[in-house]
Amino acid sequence: MKKLVIALAATAALLGGFSSGAQAQEKKKVCFVYVGSRTDGGWTQANELGRQQLVKALGDKIEAPFLENVPEGPDAERAIERMARSGCSLIFTTSFGFMDATMKVAAKFPDVKFEHATGFKSAANVATYNSRFYEGRYISGQIAAKMSKKGVAGYIASFPIPEVVMGINAFEQGAKSVNPNFKMKVVWANTWFDPGKEADAAKALIDQGVDILTQHTDTTAPMQVAAERGIFAFGQASDMIAAGPKTQLTAIEDTWGAYFIKRTKALLDGSWKSEQSWDGLKDGILTMAPYTNMPDDVKAMAEATEAKIKSGELHPFTGPINKQDGTPWLKAGEKADDGTLLGMNFYIEGVDDKLPQ
Amino acid sequence: MFEAILLTVITASTPLVIAALGELVTERAGVLNLGVEGMMIMGAVAAFAAAKMTGSPYIGLLGGIAGGALFSLLFGFLTLTLVANQVATGLALTILGLGLSGQLGEPFAGQPGLPLPDIVIPGLSQIPFFGKVLFSQDLTFYLSIALVVGVNWFLFKSRTGLKVRAIGDNHASAHALGISVIRTRYLAVIFGGACAGLAGAQLSLVYTPQWVENMSAGRGWIALALVVFASWRPWRVLAGGYLFGAVTIGQLHAQAFGIAVPSQLLSALPYIATIVVLIIISHNRRTTLINTPASLGKPFVPDR
Repeated sequence: MKKLVIALAATAALLGGFSSGAQAQEKKKVCFVYVGSRTDGGWTQANELGRQQLVKALGDKIEAPFLENVPEGPDAERAIERMARSGCSLIFTTSFGFMDATMKVAAKFPDVKFEHATGFKSAANVATYNSRFYEGRYISGQIAAKMSKKGVAGYIASFPIPEVVMGINAFEQGAKSVNPNFKMKVVWANTWFDPGKEADAAKALIDQGVDILTQHTDTTAPMQVAAERGIFAFGQASDMIAAGPKTQLTAIEDTWGAYFIKRTKALLDGSWKSEQSWDGLKDGILTMAPYTNMPDDVKAMAEATEAKIKSGELHPFTGPINKQDGTPWLKAGEKADDGTLLGMNFYIEGVDDKLPQ
Repeated sequence: MFEAILLTVITASTPLVIAALGELVTERAGVLNLGVEGMMIMGAVAAFAAAKMTGSPYIGLLGGIAGGALFSLLFGFLTLTLVANQVATGLALTILGLGLSGQLGEPFAGQPGLPLPDIVIPGLSQIPFFGKVLFSQDLTFYLSIALVVGVNWFLFKSRTGLKVRAIGDNHASAHALGISVIRTRYLAVIFGGACAGLAGAQLSLVYTPQWVENMSAGRGWIALALVVFASWRPWRVLAGGYLFGAVTIGQLHAQAFGIAVPSQLLSALPYIATIVVLIIISHNRRTTLINTPASLGKPFVPDR
């Protein structure tokens, strides 16, 4: 909520600037709603970088105000609605938990266009966009299986939503392709953003014997703990190498800028339509941070896998894959369809955790 | 394994204990400051900034204390001098603190931190188990224990402490006796702010040595609840803080260990534990009343 007030005041000031200014052509507003702080070093920071790229590319035609630290829940609806009222033409709501709030506000403002990140509900004026993070997690899993001495990785998870479950499965799937007996321990922090709790979860996992750490939460705290304890870890959403120069193996970096620019251009030339976009490594919406702190053969393997995923030769979820309880999910050679992936609510074999329902 | 868990519990509980002790003294003097979260986060950013700029985590610690104390002065001025509503001012202090710290801390976000080193006490640290857990900690842990002992002695054994409690129970009578109510309350508020600032410094120098906006993540509110939970008794703050820390860390370990309990329930456990204890304490109405400062939250305007 905090800087919401300040940002709103700034937005209001901008708005005032428009109406009083005798500008020949009004700049359109493309607005952003962030769940965390734009300096969190992770998810929101990656979104902010994308927004800055948008401003750089199209700053002469649009303005791009943002609201940060908007909590998921009733506050989100108010924040998005205020954005809509303040004259935004296109609003990016950048967290899964904003889904219902976005849908509600979109119904009230049919002329405003919305882009909701990682959700599965859409409407004529609500598009969804997502990144195939699982492609990166598959690569991370392979690296983990090569680098781990004990064959056990720890996964700090946020909330049991399909996106996160898919990430855990992809990591396990990648690891199993190298070491079929690879195990994973999962701790649910039940938060996206709490450095202390994320660090505690990291410590708990390390104390229980994992020697590789990966996270699906937003701050660099777990990376820092891994560095302190001398084990390897993977960055999330942003390159987290600064928090662990000798710790980070690679990071799944979100590079939203290209998508933001593409959609804003569509808005400006009137071709914007509601779509369900789901791009991955090959489209440049997802990039792997430099492969560091690993031997050359592991690096070569990771690069080869990355190339295969980009070319479409390899789909991380290709059968045979069993569900956690041993029942078959995909037959040999069968590829998972997008619908199943986006609604994933089960673990695959090898994940050592009970999925919270 | 048990040792490792205990070490994590200590780190998680220390900021709660320190912040709650400060608020306990403030409330014993009859002032309800709901701005603990705001003072804590200001302490965290001040500590990180001071440590970064001087290169010394110890100066960072002092910076945190000063940051929290200075910020609490604002609350003191508004509620004691201008007699503003304490609840509203406290809430405003939290909101302001969260926003202001984000603004001030922006240049420091994402920078590697300066962790406060552990002080290994010679001799004692050789004791098996206890040596590692109790005598090889960072300064904030030792300070937290010293504060529990010190605050307990101050409030219940010293003359000034008696005055503080008198003011908290009946400020009109204390005033009639010639005790300076406003001055004492200012000092109590500043002490509370300094403790919250120290707790914040622990967050950005020990718990997770980095600055991230919002990093207190609600710990100030837990500290506030702890004061009531402890029925305004320092030793119970220590016990409550550690109970809370133990349940929080315990549930993470339970998950990593693979105990099949829903994680949402495990995450809620610390709060459930708080509610249960609150019910148990409030069951005995008389002891609750004895410990509750009767003038808590009431404004005081000297008649002459």
